[in-house]
Formats: sequence, structure tokens, C-alpha cells
Amino acid sequence: MAETKMELISRSIFERNPIALLVLGICSALATTGQMTTAFVMSICVTLVVAFSSMTISIVRYQIPNSVRIGLQIMVIATLVIIVDQILKAYFFGLSKQLSIYVGLIITNCIVMGRAEGFAMSNPPISSFFDGIGNGLGYGFILMSVAFVRELLGSGSIFGHVILPLSTNDGWYIRNGMLVLPASAFFLIALLIWLLRTMDPKQQEKD
Amino acid sequence: MAEENAAKPFYSVLVLAFVCSALVAAAAVGLRPQQEANRDLDRKKNILYAAGLYQEGKTIDQMFAPIETKIIELASGKFVPEETIKPESYKQLKAALSDATGRKLSNEEDIARLRRLEKYSLVYLVRQGDKIEQIILPVRGKGLWSTMYAYVALDGDLNTIRGVSFYEHGETPGLGGEVENRRWQKGWQGKEIYNDSGDIDLQFVKGKAAGEGPARLHEIDGLSGATLTTKGVNNLMEFWFGEHGFKPFFARLKKENIHG
Repeated sequence: MAETKMELISRSIFERNPIALLVLGICSALATTGQMTTAFVMSICVTLVVAFSSMTISIVRYQIPNSVRIGLQIMVIATLVIIVDQILKAYFFGLSKQLSIYVGLIITNCIVMGRAEGFAMSNPPISSFFDGIGNGLGYGFILMSVAFVRELLGSGSIFGHVILPLSTNDGWYIRNGMLVLPASAFFLIALLIWLLRTMDPKQQEKD
Repeated sequence: MAEENAAKPFYSVLVLAFVCSALVAAAAVGLRPQQEANRDLDRKKNILYAAGLYQEGKTIDQMFAPIETKIIELASGKFVPEETIKPESYKQLKAALSDATGRKLSNEEDIARLRRLEKYSLVYLVRQGDKIEQIILPVRGKGLWSTMYAYVALDGDLNTIRGVSFYEHGETPGLGGEVENRRWQKGWQGKEIYNDSGDIDLQFVKGKAAGEGPARLHEIDGLSGATLTTKGVNNLMEFWFGEHGFKPFFARLKKENIHG
């Protein structure tokens, strides 16, 4: 591959962001962006899972028969996700309680599968690993941006620290109830996509 | 990509399935003790919160030392001796599922929408001499989306709420999810569950609960924007403090006159 590791990582954050350009992994981006802490943990989990699943699949890519490749990819991904979930439950109990079922749902996150099928199957392990890291960070970047707006305006805090004292807690800030609900992330993601495509017109789709 | 031959897909799937299942099994078995310890600590922490005994900087086990764990039979309200069922290893939710230790609730009984009820329940006591100073009870019930789990701590008079702690639920964050808001839970302190004639009298009101007058003892703030969750909380209180819940237990304690 001509691309260096840094390019593999950086291009997935802005130029070819998995959420903004490929519009993958939207469901979890809606669900886990109510608070920055959960969004952060989710980003780390997804990054780890994408990186290691891409690497594993790339290592065994010559052994994978074409006819059952999707099934095998899912098996590798599911295994990694279960291990991540078990580790969270054992060592970060509070966080795993907040993320509840969403960690398990990383299995169905299209980004993981998309990178396995689209990149890891035809590239060496090291590049696949860095491509996975890049995509995880690109996903995390969108997640954190959305969570920042949602938590600040919806709950008046950042990472759980109070910035705008809420009126329900004797403060002055009346929360924006819509931003508390997952559907509000749709609007925020759309605005981000608009912003990215305005800054980088190459990303615009030709019709 | 690999060359196709008829048997190869089977081998590769089998090998990978074996490796993956070994990894998953190892993770699940290896980390289980740690996970159970976490769950146990979380449970204890919430009991302490409800009882108002939680302090920063102390270990959970230290704070939990004065609390006595007992098992009671719900229908009769009798304490079950430790030789019959060990409180440490009693799994209350599991017990509800088997016919030997639980039963199906009829539609009229099942106001908290539990479907099944166990015969025995854990209770937690804090004693002062031979009198009970406070008593912490596990309760649960359906909210809008999920079953909500909580502990309710009562004073020795078996009527005044010391505190509550909702610790597990799947309600909408920011709306029904506010059941876990400690500020809202503080609003429960000092409320009385039963009125003078012994009926359950708790009202979840829209807006602010009455600060004075006779209503002040029975009104609790409803959760704004979460009518159905609030209704669920109301239902679970009515169930657990009614005939099928802890009422027979309270009656027995009063008869034996060991409450504070």
C-alpha cells in the first residue's frame, strides 16, 4: 500500500469519515451520545473492536473461503465484542451499566463489518489495524461532537461536570428536552455532514 | 482469496468457531468472580444510599457492617431461619421463576406488572438494641419501558420513608431516567406510606409537592415529562407495601413488638 500509517488514520477522520461520508454506524451514534462519558467509552470500544477484528481477519484472509467469508467475519467480530463487554463488566462496572446493551450492539455496527469486508480482506494486517484505528477515531470524532452538543444543551454538563446549572436542580438553565432524546442526534449528524461537505467539496455526491 | 474446494468452508468454519468459543468461554469464566463482586457491591451501595448510611471514603463493607440481612416469607411475614435458606446465596429474582419458590400473579394482584412473585424476600435490618431502627426493602415494578429496581428504607415506625434508591432501570434518559436522580430521591425522605386508617396513601403530584398541611406527609414530586414512569413507581409502591408485599411482615413485626 502506498499510504502511510498516519494517512490511513487521518483520512478516516475527515476525508472519508465512516459516519459522515459512508453514513455507517448511525444507530449507535443516536443511542450513546446523550452523555460524553458514554460516547467516549463507546468510541474506545468500537475503535478497539474495529482495529483488532480488521487485523485478525487480515491475518487469516488467505484461509477464508469466499463462500462463507461474511459468516466468519461476523464470528471474529462477535467474539471480540463479547470479550470487550465482559472486560467492561468486570473492571468498569459503572460504565457498562450506563452503556447497557449498546456494547453488545457493536456487533451490528456496520463500520466494523464494512472495514472487514472493504479493507481487511485485501490488505496486510498492519495496514488493516491502522485503518481500523482510523475508522474508530473517525466514528469517535462524530460521536464526541454530537455528544458535546447534546450533553451541554440537554443536560447542562460536560463529562458529567455541571456547566449550566439546570433549573430542575435550582439553577437557571432550562434544558432543551429534545436534545435529551436520541432522535435529536439525527439533526446534529446531518449538520455535521453538511459542515464537512462544505469544507471539503470532494465529499459531495454527484447526481 | 483462498481457492474453493467443497470441504474447505466446513473446516475453516469449524476451526474458527472452536477458537472463538474457547476465547469467549475463557473470558466469561475468568472474569465472572470479578463481575459478581461488582454487582454485589453495587447492590450494597444502593442499600446504603437508601438507608442514608453512605459516606465517601469508607469501604462498602465497613459501612455495611451494621446491616443485618434476613429472609422473610412474604405471605406470612415470618422470618425464615438461616438454616433453611442462606441469605448470602439467595437469588430472589431467580426464585420467582420456579414454581417451588415462586408463583404466578393473577391480573388483579399484579398491579406492578411483575408476572411472577417469589415466596421469600430479602430484607435488611439496622437494629438498635433489640428494636429495629430501620428496615430496607427491595422493591421492583414495571415503568414505561423496563422493570425498575429499588430499595426503600423505612424508619422503625414502619411507615416513614428514610430514603429510596432506584438502581436499575431502562427508562428514557433525562425523563423517566430521572428516577435515579438523587435529588428527586431526597424528596421521598420523611414521607409516610400509610395514612391513619392504615391504607397506602402516596401521591405523586405534578409540579411541586405540598410543603405544608396534612398533604405534605404523603405527596411526592412526580417526574416531569414521565407520566408513565411515575405511574409505574406509584404502582410498585402500592404493590410492595400492600397485602402481597410487605404488609403481613409489618403486621407481624408490630405484633411481636420489635419495631422501634
